[in-house]
Amino acid sequence: MNILVCISRVPDTATKVVIGSDGNSIDSQGVKFIVNPYDELAIEEGLRLREKNGGVVTAVTIGTDKSTDVLRTALAMGVDKVILVKGEENPDSFYVAENLAAVAKDENPDLILLGRQSVDFDSLQIPSALGEILGMPSISVVSKLTIEDGKVTAERDIEGGCEIVEASLPCIISAQKGLNEPRYPKLPDIMKSRSKPIDQRDAAAAASRTSIIGMEIPLKQRAGKILTDSDDDINELVRMLHEDAKVI
Amino acid sequence: MSFNGVDYYNIDDLFSEDELIVRRSVRDFVENEVLPVIEKHFRDGTFPEGLNRKMGEQGLYGITTSPDYGGVGANHTVYGLAMLELERGDSGVRSFASVQNSLVMYPIEAYGNEQSKRKWLPKLATGEAIGCFGLTEPDYGSDPGGMITNARKIGGGYLLNGAKMWITNGSVADVSVVWAKLDGTVHGFLVEKGTKGFSAPEMRGKYSLRASVTSELILNDVEVPEENILSIAGLKGPLSCLTKARYGIAWGAIGAAMAVYDSALEYSKSRIQFGKPIASFQLVQEKLVWMLNEITKAQLIAYRLGRLMDEGKATPQQVSLAKRNNVSIALEASRYAREIHGANGIISEYPIMRHSANLESVKTYEGTHDIHTLILGNDITGIQAFK
Amino acid sequence: MKNILVYLEAQGDGLKRISYEVISAARSIAGDSARIYGVLVAGNSGQAENVGEYGLTDVIVANHILLERYSSTAVAATIFQAAESVGADCLLFPANAAGLELEPRLAVKLSAGYVADCTGLSADDGIIATKPVYAGKAQVKTKVETDKCVFSLRPNVFTATKADSPVSTNFTEMVPELTDNDVSVVVTSVDKNEGTLDVLEADMVVSGGRGVKSAENFNLIESLAEVLGGAVGASRAVVDAGWRPHSEQVGQTGKTVSPTLYVACGISGAIQHMAGMSTSKVIVAINKDKDAPIFKVADYGIVGDLFEVLPKLTDRIREVK
Repeated sequence: MNILVCISRVPDTATKVVIGSDGNSIDSQGVKFIVNPYDELAIEEGLRLREKNGGVVTAVTIGTDKSTDVLRTALAMGVDKVILVKGEENPDSFYVAENLAAVAKDENPDLILLGRQSVDFDSLQIPSALGEILGMPSISVVSKLTIEDGKVTAERDIEGGCEIVEASLPCIISAQKGLNEPRYPKLPDIMKSRSKPIDQRDAAAAASRTSIIGMEIPLKQRAGKILTDSDDDINELVRMLHEDAKVI
Repeated sequence: MSFNGVDYYNIDDLFSEDELIVRRSVRDFVENEVLPVIEKHFRDGTFPEGLNRKMGEQGLYGITTSPDYGGVGANHTVYGLAMLELERGDSGVRSFASVQNSLVMYPIEAYGNEQSKRKWLPKLATGEAIGCFGLTEPDYGSDPGGMITNARKIGGGYLLNGAKMWITNGSVADVSVVWAKLDGTVHGFLVEKGTKGFSAPEMRGKYSLRASVTSELILNDVEVPEENILSIAGLKGPLSCLTKARYGIAWGAIGAAMAVYDSALEYSKSRIQFGKPIASFQLVQEKLVWMLNEITKAQLIAYRLGRLMDEGKATPQQVSLAKRNNVSIALEASRYAREIHGANGIISEYPIMRHSANLESVKTYEGTHDIHTLILGNDITGIQAFK
Repeated sequence: MKNILVYLEAQGDGLKRISYEVISAARSIAGDSARIYGVLVAGNSGQAENVGEYGLTDVIVANHILLERYSSTAVAATIFQAAESVGADCLLFPANAAGLELEPRLAVKLSAGYVADCTGLSADDGIIATKPVYAGKAQVKTKVETDKCVFSLRPNVFTATKADSPVSTNFTEMVPELTDNDVSVVVTSVDKNEGTLDVLEADMVVSGGRGVKSAENFNLIESLAEVLGGAVGASRAVVDAGWRPHSEQVGQTGKTVSPTLYVACGISGAIQHMAGMSTSKVIVAINKDKDAPIFKVADYGIVGDLFEVLPKLTDRIREVK
């Protein structure tokens, strides 16, 4: 099976977000970048499918020169080859999908794996955008995956439960927690991966279709309303949860 | 809250991509395999079951050993970063790896014959075999040259007699690197588990490094074959191993310091007294800043020392300075952290007291703080103060 | 912007609540000129009968034999045909499991720019969408550079507001042109989660502390959690006492949770507990002791006996939902 895993490079989830001087992105000074945690699930799934069925796992990222670290991590985890598509610094998800689609056309994979979302922009949009561009079925937020004789059966998380979705290869799957436990790269594999080549390409000309005009830190203030246990107050609490806080 | 390291001086920019990937992978390893179980094992006085093989599988043994013998073949900075992350978990776990790497695999690779290397290194690398290092004796600690343990040449090998103490992993070791005097000169011998006359009872009653096995080695007419002698004579043999191990400790201690600093910082921001977080009090800020400042200095020392080690330029005295400084500030940081945590600093819900107790040992083993002071004093004045 | 098409999602005999939120959001950006259409796929007009109260005048009801089983690709193709038929240049979806899969497909089909999981939409010089990024640690304002645009809206953020006066709604039946090729992915079964939800995954968490007094009394906590569709959490004291499993422990040595709603019942708010829940979006505390530290981090607090408060609160929430 020929498997393409699309990964992204994101700030460590413990990062304290500070807005940069451009007012449109975070200040990356001192920020540690990692492989998007959901993408680690995608890599792991690709490796497990290869171990079971044979084949080749290729990891690709749309990024800049800085993105080689996530590809090295993918190599250290065990992918066979990696591709860096060098493009815009802060692309929108359409731009990313277009460029991934271009790579997919070259690589002609049976299966494309991604994380359910990148934990930077949290959009969950690439899998089905890519599916539409390539004319392929896509199944998002998958926590269990079975592939037999070219038939894909996926368990996908939905509100308050899950649904079983079927499709045929070639197909796109985005990984949700629970799909597997990603391995950590082992030291000998990290050392061996140093000498492996990174296939570098330039991004296609596709322009972003959206632009960020401002980024801000949302103000978080606790309402701090203290009520009594009277029936009126309990009703008032439910009203506030429903209408003010809008959480129920 | 996941740990994001402490890097006030952008020291990460000095590391290579693969060094940072190693650090991340060991950090994840510690997060998943060490931290969830360590408090229990510390309380019970046991080394976490199965962790040895997991560390071996992860490639945490033989980090600088040649891949020809199953090692990783990485540089000293990789070794240091791995020790740092392990000790953020626990000094006992890091000690296990230090012994395996620097005190067992290193001397076998450096001074063992081909047969010993082939026999032991691949198994030690995977954790299938465990090693220990027997230098210290009940009556000879800082002054190892006075050791009583001795070897006598006999037909086909050597006969060892004596006793060793404070030996990490002694009771669980498959192979012990035992240092003994042969005709008045220190030599190293590989003693296999189960050899007649050799036993390694575990020492009990420690209030420190509780998740680590510490043992005595008792050698009573122990016969070792000719090929088990290491090809090095004199104290420089064991001291060369200690230089490697101390180097790793200098890194490891930073991990413990980061753990207590990170916990203290988070705690001080969320603990409310007198209507505001205790982080807003100047006395607390002073402690936090001291910790950050000392951690940063320790990182720079360790970083530079790592590069010197790789270039073959590091002196044992430079390693002494790093070990002396970094362990000392880590212990001090753990005490400040304990104060910031108040009563919460003494319970197992926070890692503070465990690290603090561990670091008391780390300050003493592998050359006490004071002995390193005298090594450095000797180096700069030319006057030896300990003889 | 000329025509907005809103994706309506059926649930039982009616529509999901998010559908009304999306209609209301469409009205807020439509201004005087734009017209709003709804599209309901594989449903019937009865399910959308009250959309007129929310000011929606036109609804396309699309049905086809190939839509009997849910297929995201076939639904996307259907919405595209509906959008073309009314000349829609702006599409709105709910940012839920279904909407997030459909939105990008429609954006690609329409050559539109798109923004997912929006928490704000404003129409000044073009539409500006606000969306949370970095797990809500920041938010961005985004402008779409293309003529057409597609947005998905986070549930429970936009208020569903009725129109000043109800309008009558035209329902137009539509049979999309679909072939088997459009059904390249299909849902074969749906399994609603009846079992217990993990406290880490749950959007709503109801936790009990020492104040709950016994393992049996946790039925009060469970009832509220069930009504909210959430999970049960516990303080360390409760887990240590053996009243609840360790897997439910929230706090320093337990799990760190960040649900939309966290209800702390009989929990005083030890710092170790707060470390595990203080980033929750909305925190409700119920405690007898008015000086309990938990009230300092709570959005809403009730000072009172949880054994009296919880049953009433549970009933009242059941009524509202």
